[in-house]
Amino acid sequence: MIDFDKVLTPEERTVFTLRGLYREYGYQQYKMSKFEEYDLYAKNKDFLVSDGVITFNDKDGRLLALKPDVTLSIIKNSKDTGGVQKVFYNENVYRAEKGTGSFKEIMQTGIEYIGRVGSPELSEVITLAVRSLAANTRRYVLELADMDVLEAFLSCLGISERGCERILECLREKNASGAASVVEDEGGSQADAALISELVKFHCPASVAEERLSLFIRDDATEAAVGSFVSVLRELIRAGVADSVFVDFSVVNNTRYYNGIAFRGFAEGAPSAVLLGGRYDKLMRRMKREACAVGFAVYVDELARAGREND
Amino acid sequence: MTDYINVALPKGRLGERVYEMFARAGFECPALLSPGRRLIFENAERGVRYFWVKPSDVAIYVEHGVADVGVVGKDILTEYRPDVYELFDLGVGRCDMAVAAKRGFSDDRLRTLTVATKFTSIAKAYYSSQGRDIDIIHLNGSIELAPILGLSDVIVDIVETGTTLKENDLVVVEKFMPISARLIANKASYAFKSDVIDRLTGELARIRSEANDKDN
Repeated sequence: MIDFDKVLTPEERTVFTLRGLYREYGYQQYKMSKFEEYDLYAKNKDFLVSDGVITFNDKDGRLLALKPDVTLSIIKNSKDTGGVQKVFYNENVYRAEKGTGSFKEIMQTGIEYIGRVGSPELSEVITLAVRSLAANTRRYVLELADMDVLEAFLSCLGISERGCERILECLREKNASGAASVVEDEGGSQADAALISELVKFHCPASVAEERLSLFIRDDATEAAVGSFVSVLRELIRAGVADSVFVDFSVVNNTRYYNGIAFRGFAEGAPSAVLLGGRYDKLMRRMKREACAVGFAVYVDELARAGREND
Repeated sequence: MTDYINVALPKGRLGERVYEMFARAGFECPALLSPGRRLIFENAERGVRYFWVKPSDVAIYVEHGVADVGVVGKDILTEYRPDVYELFDLGVGRCDMAVAAKRGFSDDRLRTLTVATKFTSIAKAYYSSQGRDIDIIHLNGSIELAPILGLSDVIVDIVETGTTLKENDLVVVEKFMPISARLIANKASYAFKSDVIDRLTGELARIRSEANDKDN
């Protein structure tokens, strides 16, 4: 009898654990080729996590690329059937490393939920993200934001497009005084500057975030956006996973592709996020798909390493 | 087990000044100021561990999670754009990023400007915002020599008092970016230690505000 615990590497154990978890929730494995037509990435360059794609010419002259991303390929091959597609994958992607610029093979596992997306579906995906961390490491945190809340709030402050870009940058850096300066530079009031500082500093357990979020309700659009976000938080509380979820608006995705919730997961021992995800209806529209979509990717090597250090 | 907060401080006068602020904020570690060549100091009672590191390396230690927080100049953050939080402007170590040239130099914009600098990204961004074509010469030190020896037309560098420029017969053409020391944090560390990092940030803000009141 083979003792799989002794035979498998931590990375393999992580992959098998996640595979079991995603199957339990009804996700089907999605296998794909290592190559993709380069054109797909050229059209959606900003969606990629890193610059640079490894390209080569196929025998028929087509320019192909070693996949730097999985989501784009899944969308490209999806069909608007009106139904729901729940898929998971375990693939290697090829990306340029920050700093050195050298290419690296990265093992990624993740899920994509394509179809009608409401609070229960969002809650299911976020719950799976939390359980992906919980199954592999002892201490973990999932940080969650809502891009719709952010966009509605910035829009009602009357910030210019350039100002919004600078504020998004400050949000990513948790630079509260920088964000307040942008509001003041744009002629905003001190009260607005103070409120944007609050948004930048926002880091609050999901279970008690509702009251603090109500600070950002200014008009019908912000009320609707905060209302939708709060209904997701309530679902997470009902699902029993809210204790490890923090609302934090430094989780900012690219607003050209993403909308609604955005999240990332940290495992103690890993110096950066081991899980990244969000809702990407805007990307679906860019790729001429009518369905909504949400998903996440897990960096298997980083998660397995963090799990080892925790042990 | 004590859950330490690990702090990377820049070696030198700025680091010592910043440490005083940290100590007043309740994160003292008296051994840090003792003479010697040790680089790591800790105070178990306060749950804090300090590392003295080269100023330009602070952000690297923090980005890689070896240090939870650190103190670094805005020049380094803008030049290298490390993936860290920039939590607070400590208001110390103030200086400016500036363009300087030999006395009497005037940019006629008829040819590509040659710029010597240690801060390649900052110089590129600055001149690009002016729509000016430049050739960059990357140097690692003694930048002031470049225009004197004819290696470049101008330099882009940090100016504090302007004494070095004056002694080399150079003048500031334009100051374009104020710089000061910033408290930065690793994003994963913040996720697990937000309570203590927020407490530190709050105390540092109080100390800075008291110092401002005294100055006024």
